[in-house]
Amino acid sequence: MTHLDTELKALKEDMHEMFRLVLSQLEKSKTALISLDKDLAREVIVNEKRVNSFELKLDRDCENIIALFNPVAVDLRFVLASLKINSNLERIGDIADGIAKFALSIKLMPEKELLEKTRLVEMFDVSLEMMRDVMAAYENEDTKLARSVFKMDDVLDEINLNASTSVAEFIKSHQDRINQSLYALSTIRKLERVGDQCKNIAEEIIFYIEAKVLKHSKKLN
Amino acid sequence: MLTRYKIETRDLHLYYGDFHALKGINIHMEANTVTALIGPSGCGKSTYLRTLNRMNDLIEGVRITGTTLIDGKNIYSRDIKIDELRKKVGMVFQKPNPFPKSIFENVAYGLRVNGINHKKFIEERVERCLHQAALWDEVKDKLRKSALSLSGGQQQRLCIARALAIEPSVVLMDEPASALDPISTAKIEELIYELKKNYTIIIVTHNMQQAGRVSDKTGFFYLGELIEFDDTKKIFTNPAEIRTQNYITGRFG
Repeated sequence: MTHLDTELKALKEDMHEMFRLVLSQLEKSKTALISLDKDLAREVIVNEKRVNSFELKLDRDCENIIALFNPVAVDLRFVLASLKINSNLERIGDIADGIAKFALSIKLMPEKELLEKTRLVEMFDVSLEMMRDVMAAYENEDTKLARSVFKMDDVLDEINLNASTSVAEFIKSHQDRINQSLYALSTIRKLERVGDQCKNIAEEIIFYIEAKVLKHSKKLN
Repeated sequence: MLTRYKIETRDLHLYYGDFHALKGINIHMEANTVTALIGPSGCGKSTYLRTLNRMNDLIEGVRITGTTLIDGKNIYSRDIKIDELRKKVGMVFQKPNPFPKSIFENVAYGLRVNGINHKKFIEERVERCLHQAALWDEVKDKLRKSALSLSGGQQQRLCIARALAIEPSVVLMDEPASALDPISTAKIEELIYELKKNYTIIIVTHNMQQAGRVSDKTGFFYLGELIEFDDTKKIFTNPAEIRTQNYITGRFG
């Protein structure tokens, strides 16, 4: 194994760690909000600092590899993709932090009826599945799996599209739950952005492995 | 023969005795471009470079088949005069090799051996070539001093000026900066970029970053074959051949 190989392997391992950390943040933010677990919400908010500092470390590592090893071809694409994925993950971390802050702000557990109408739990689950898939796709260099998230994002878009109507309907019959309903709507908006970030990550994985640029194009197969 | 390229090689084979050094090379260079030839030692890149001014003819036991056209003329045809070819195709070598003469005489040499004796003409040409080689400011006050008193980087630029004096249209460079420090290397690279406006340049280099920085096209040679020839950007971001990728990423062998 060359010196560069060792550095790239270390970068990949650290990126995997970042994936796991952010995935865990999103999972915890879901539990914190749905079960109104304020301690868990506080844990997510504290851990957000770890996500931020890990992002800076990974940025530095990528910069060092480019400056010291001048990678080319697949190695360069890997470092560039990792640099961008790192930024996508940090944003997902921000979203988890934002959801945890909602959990701290609301007083009552979200109504079952609200959750069902808005499909909020499903939205969380699909977002988390997308994250797990892009994590595995990055780890195993699996572009087929990376591509699968484009379809899943359609589900998030659909839920997001219907969210305003379903929240409005719920508010009509639950005037005392306006605050909670608006937080549910904001969470859906945030999770829609998680889907976008996962799509961006999938595009970067495909760029790294297949040298294809999917950005701003129709992502068919 | 008809060709739209400045240089075109078709199915070139070269043998050193029994050794098949170049195997069916097909490559072309457009005018005013820089082409980098890369590959491990012994892959044939320097041998190919030397076919372009028939330097290999000097080696005993060499046999060459195929066609190499420069400006549409087969340089291996019988009516080609080698000294005329070498006026058109200049060459700069790995190690600076100035003549043990003054700086001025080094550049003027090619003109004098070609029978030009007009003092003013020679002076003007020497100055222009030293300017083109980005050396004039450093040597203008010591033109009569020995070329051997210059630094390695200056000597190499002097050799480039010497090559330019006879107004070639093609300049071959065989690892021209491999013996130089980073500052001199940067000057040579800058110079290559400038010279491209007036010359077609082919450079052999072991330095991948240098190939990336200076060239428009890159050819990867391996075991006497041209494995891949494409835009330099393509070669260094997404080569088509796995052997090219393994070589440029340092995973060869």
